[in-house]
Amino acid sequence: MVGVPAYLDHASTAVLHPTARAALLAAIDEGWADPARLYRDARQARMLLDAARETVAGVIGARPDEVSFTASGTQAAQLALLGAARARRRAGSRILVSAVEHSCVLHAAEWHEHAGGLVGTIGVDRFGRVDPVSFTPPPDTAVASLQHANHEVATIQPVAAAADVLHATGVPLHVDAAMSLGRIPVDVTALGADLLSASAHKFGGPAGVGILVVRTGRRWVNPLPADEREGGRVAGFPNVAGIVATAAALHARASEIITEGPRLAGYVERLRARLPELIADVELLGDPDPAGRLPHLLTFSCLYVDGESLLHELDRAGIAVSSGSSCTSDTLTPSHVLAAMGALTQGNIRVSFGRESGSADVDALLAVLPDAVARIRERAGAAGL
Amino acid sequence: MTNNINNINKTDNTDDIHWDMAAFTVDARGRRCPLPIIELARRIGELDLAATLVLWADDPAADLDVPAWCRMRAQELVATRALPTGGTAYLVRRLT
Repeated sequence: MVGVPAYLDHASTAVLHPTARAALLAAIDEGWADPARLYRDARQARMLLDAARETVAGVIGARPDEVSFTASGTQAAQLALLGAARARRRAGSRILVSAVEHSCVLHAAEWHEHAGGLVGTIGVDRFGRVDPVSFTPPPDTAVASLQHANHEVATIQPVAAAADVLHATGVPLHVDAAMSLGRIPVDVTALGADLLSASAHKFGGPAGVGILVVRTGRRWVNPLPADEREGGRVAGFPNVAGIVATAAALHARASEIITEGPRLAGYVERLRARLPELIADVELLGDPDPAGRLPHLLTFSCLYVDGESLLHELDRAGIAVSSGSSCTSDTLTPSHVLAAMGALTQGNIRVSFGRESGSADVDALLAVLPDAVARIRERAGAAGL
Repeated sequence: MTNNINNINKTDNTDDIHWDMAAFTVDARGRRCPLPIIELARRIGELDLAATLVLWADDPAADLDVPAWCRMRAQELVATRALPTGGTAYLVRRLT
């Protein structure tokens, strides 16, 4: 259960879906044994694991043998990107990434660069969106990586168009679907994804499970020591109970998208309309067209406001959100996504809704935020500037 | 804090960028986001229209927030350059 009166940070982690919770508890009892062994309890664990794989594959339009489970979304993205780069070493050593990828993708690219590889970074427009033509790969490109939707500003990327550009010269595309899976339809074929990664805790599954998809026929070599688990793609004993709960969460979320999407989009629309009326000099970020963004997430920046103070003011009022402002990061640098967009970074707040969110949460935020911003501006001597 | 513009160790002498024409310099080095922008907003009103000031800042967010502020307030960021002691100088023209 969520202890915060207004938990508005579902993009950091979603609350465990009740269906996933029930599946997790059952699978801890029923799926405890080693699924690679040959006795009754082991076969039961194997059955649970296979069923979960089929469920996840079905939701995203993949074959079950294309789906592997990792220990996190980060691990899935690392394996996808570095495994494809390793398999295509003879084609070249370049990895293309958008400038607004999740840090796990950028860290994998940096790691590749430190190991002697090349990295090309694709810039974005003011909404945080890439131009698919900019994914035209230099001849030495091994693989490219593009998120389905941005984790900070909700912008949906033109993934299928970028895939077409890459495939024209045979370069595979890794799609990071961590933010979109369970929020909008995700179909590996429609996206043109050769590899795909996602994270269970983002859509109401448990922490500790990631999803790695390697499409049939795509070259991929494990960049780490391998064993026989997960088709040789992910070494180590699988988290069967977590995987079962992941499949349950994804199945439930997929059937809820059609009602949840519009409901949460309504909250975002209300904020987009009201915030500029209630707060001077607030800059709404991301695509103003609802068709170009995820339904459940809104990010904005407030001029002359220290983001850390704003987080604390909201926390005191029982409102949980996140921020991309420099003062809220360990490195004291602003979010690389905001930087790539050329957006205002001060007083930055990301609000993200989930299935537990209600209009009372929007009411709470709208009641607290304008005064909080005004108080901080007053303290800084910035009122009326 | 205001410093004379002549203290800047010039690295850019292109003809169309007149760093030495700035009316004054606002030194916001050592101040964290959003204070450099607040300083900039406070002092811009002292300029005549079309006059310029120089802002010194070493907060990493200023590289993004100075251009964003100029866009939001319809002022002009004429040029930027690195300060030899670290940080950045921003040449800002008052347009409104």
